[in-house]
Amino acid sequence: MRIELQKRARVSTLFSILSPLLALALTLLFGAIMFWLLGKNPVSALYSFFIEPLLEVWSLHELAIKAAPLILIAVGLSVCYRSNNWNIGAEGQFTIGAITGSILPVMYPAWHSPLILPLMLILGMIGGALYAGIPALLKTRFNTNEILTSLMLVYIAQLYLDWLVRGPWRDPQGYNFPQTKGFQIEAVLPEILSSGRAHWAFIFAIVAAVALWFMMRFMLKGFEVSVLGQSERAGRFAGFSARRMVWFSMLLSGALAGLAGISEVSGSIGHVQPVISPGYGFTAIIVAFLGRLNPLGIIASGLVLALTYLGGEAAQLSIGISDKVSRVFQGLLLFFVLSCDTLIHYRVRLIFAGTKTAEAKG
Amino acid sequence: MFEAILLTVITASTPLVLAALGELVTERSGVLNLGVEGMMIMGAACAFVAAQLTGSPYIGILAGILGGGIFSLLFGFLTLTLVANQVATGLALTILGLGLSGQIGEAFVGQPGIKLQPIVFPLLSDIPFFGRVLFRQDLIFYVSIALVVGINWFLFRSRTGLKLRAIGDSHASAHALGINVIRTRYLAVMFGGACAGLAGAQLSLVYTPQWVENMSAGRGWIALALVVFASWRPWRILAGGYLFGAVGIGQLHAQIVAQNLGIVIPSQFLSALPYAATIVVLIIISHNRRTTLINTPASLGKPFVPDR
Repeated sequence: MRIELQKRARVSTLFSILSPLLALALTLLFGAIMFWLLGKNPVSALYSFFIEPLLEVWSLHELAIKAAPLILIAVGLSVCYRSNNWNIGAEGQFTIGAITGSILPVMYPAWHSPLILPLMLILGMIGGALYAGIPALLKTRFNTNEILTSLMLVYIAQLYLDWLVRGPWRDPQGYNFPQTKGFQIEAVLPEILSSGRAHWAFIFAIVAAVALWFMMRFMLKGFEVSVLGQSERAGRFAGFSARRMVWFSMLLSGALAGLAGISEVSGSIGHVQPVISPGYGFTAIIVAFLGRLNPLGIIASGLVLALTYLGGEAAQLSIGISDKVSRVFQGLLLFFVLSCDTLIHYRVRLIFAGTKTAEAKG
Repeated sequence: MFEAILLTVITASTPLVLAALGELVTERSGVLNLGVEGMMIMGAACAFVAAQLTGSPYIGILAGILGGGIFSLLFGFLTLTLVANQVATGLALTILGLGLSGQIGEAFVGQPGIKLQPIVFPLLSDIPFFGRVLFRQDLIFYVSIALVVGINWFLFRSRTGLKLRAIGDSHASAHALGINVIRTRYLAVMFGGACAGLAGAQLSLVYTPQWVENMSAGRGWIALALVVFASWRPWRILAGGYLFGAVGIGQLHAQIVAQNLGIVIPSQFLSALPYAATIVVLIIISHNRRTTLINTPASLGKPFVPDR
């Protein structure tokens, strides 16, 4: 049996909508098989993984908390990927944003002013943007591959954070725990509703997604992003600068990742510690692709991926499977998304040994 | 002292050399597989588990090679048959590999591993210095050296190697000449996966014989940088791999030396050195746009759909 692809004359609208759903369905199917192989009842395992977390108010709040950084980072990445700039170091920009944003509460714990929170958020965005500016500078100035440099910077950022919270930023009264003092109440991102923990980061995420959707759909800048991404040459003829686009997309995604970082530290954790993210920066790559690099789609896919984190925790408690299963789910999902996307641009034909190749001529 | 350091450098460099060699062949065929980290960690997990279950590190090596090779088929199917985006698929391979390997190795966390024993060449190993450094190593080290020589011969002296390079430089022309582009690329991808798997096996059987989650710690990514550094030439991979390995080991020794001298250098700063060095090296190598352009396989990362 062989698989042959035939280019479609035009992009299939049907499959543009269907392919992410198909990918989800396939992931669930494979998940069921995996649970069965692990000796669990697949139906009840999938239920506690994907349905149970949606039934209670507190876990819906947790869902919003986990979805917020994913959406914030992923909408920024979608602009990068659409313009053919492969920033995969969002995890590092997230970390640096968390650090720069925390400078004020850590250095001035006695400063009680309503100004502190907006300043923290701005500093976080600046930190993330500057950190993403390093690969942008290296790419534009020295022609260095941004995939590798942005990724190497993740390790460096994480080690820097580790040093900070074990060294100069450690709370002297913290019983030697490697963490800073808890932030003062003015420096904590407030909750949205009184019913639970979900904080303003989720609002930021929705606003960012809608704003970028508007930009991509209705503004010249959005057009510039897609043209340069599809053909740099065509973009040059239109007077667009690929070099400036590297800067624009990297700084934008870095700022959003930095905002996600400081929001997470300020809203969810309340202090700085060695590990502040369960890999949000990497999972956001999956979120971006599952949302088909469309900011509105990313809101939906961010919620789905947040559910895999929650489901992993829930399944660990209720049916005793390792929370590493959620990482497997996330990886599988990205695979299926990428393979289902083929259906959008190509007609896929299965050719069996018996069939003549003449049939395949379109 | 120097000899002892050199021996640790060799152990630290071998996985980098192996993974980079595999990726070199893959990229020479025009396919950019960013999933080296994922294939490497899968190799490490498979090798460790197989060695624990059978008690033989050699079966472990085999399992590592198979684990990486079979895992890379997933990448091959997506990018070659379904022409999915190579960058995104490579990332997916890494994410899935990190997750799956954690799942595979979970039951084996904390178990003492089986260390692959060195193979001692009689007579040769008695040569002072060189004998101990070069002829008392484990099988994987010898394989890594043999692969450098072998791949260099294959790429630049054999007909099949010429075809492979032709595909990497212009898949359309190669296809027009009747070369089977897709099949060659599948084989190149699998070879890359097998090498990355072997590199992983080295990590969990030689370098630190135990299973720790994420134990590849970015080495797959450093191997990718190494291919660029080596401008797609096997001998330079050997040199670059040992350079990177030396930086990694050097920082460990620097920590001890600094401690003895009473200088306080935070260990995190030294641990960041290999990653920082990678960035610096990439800058030096790629700042000359023209030489990069000449050396890079011309259809690297470009999708190919054969017309019929």
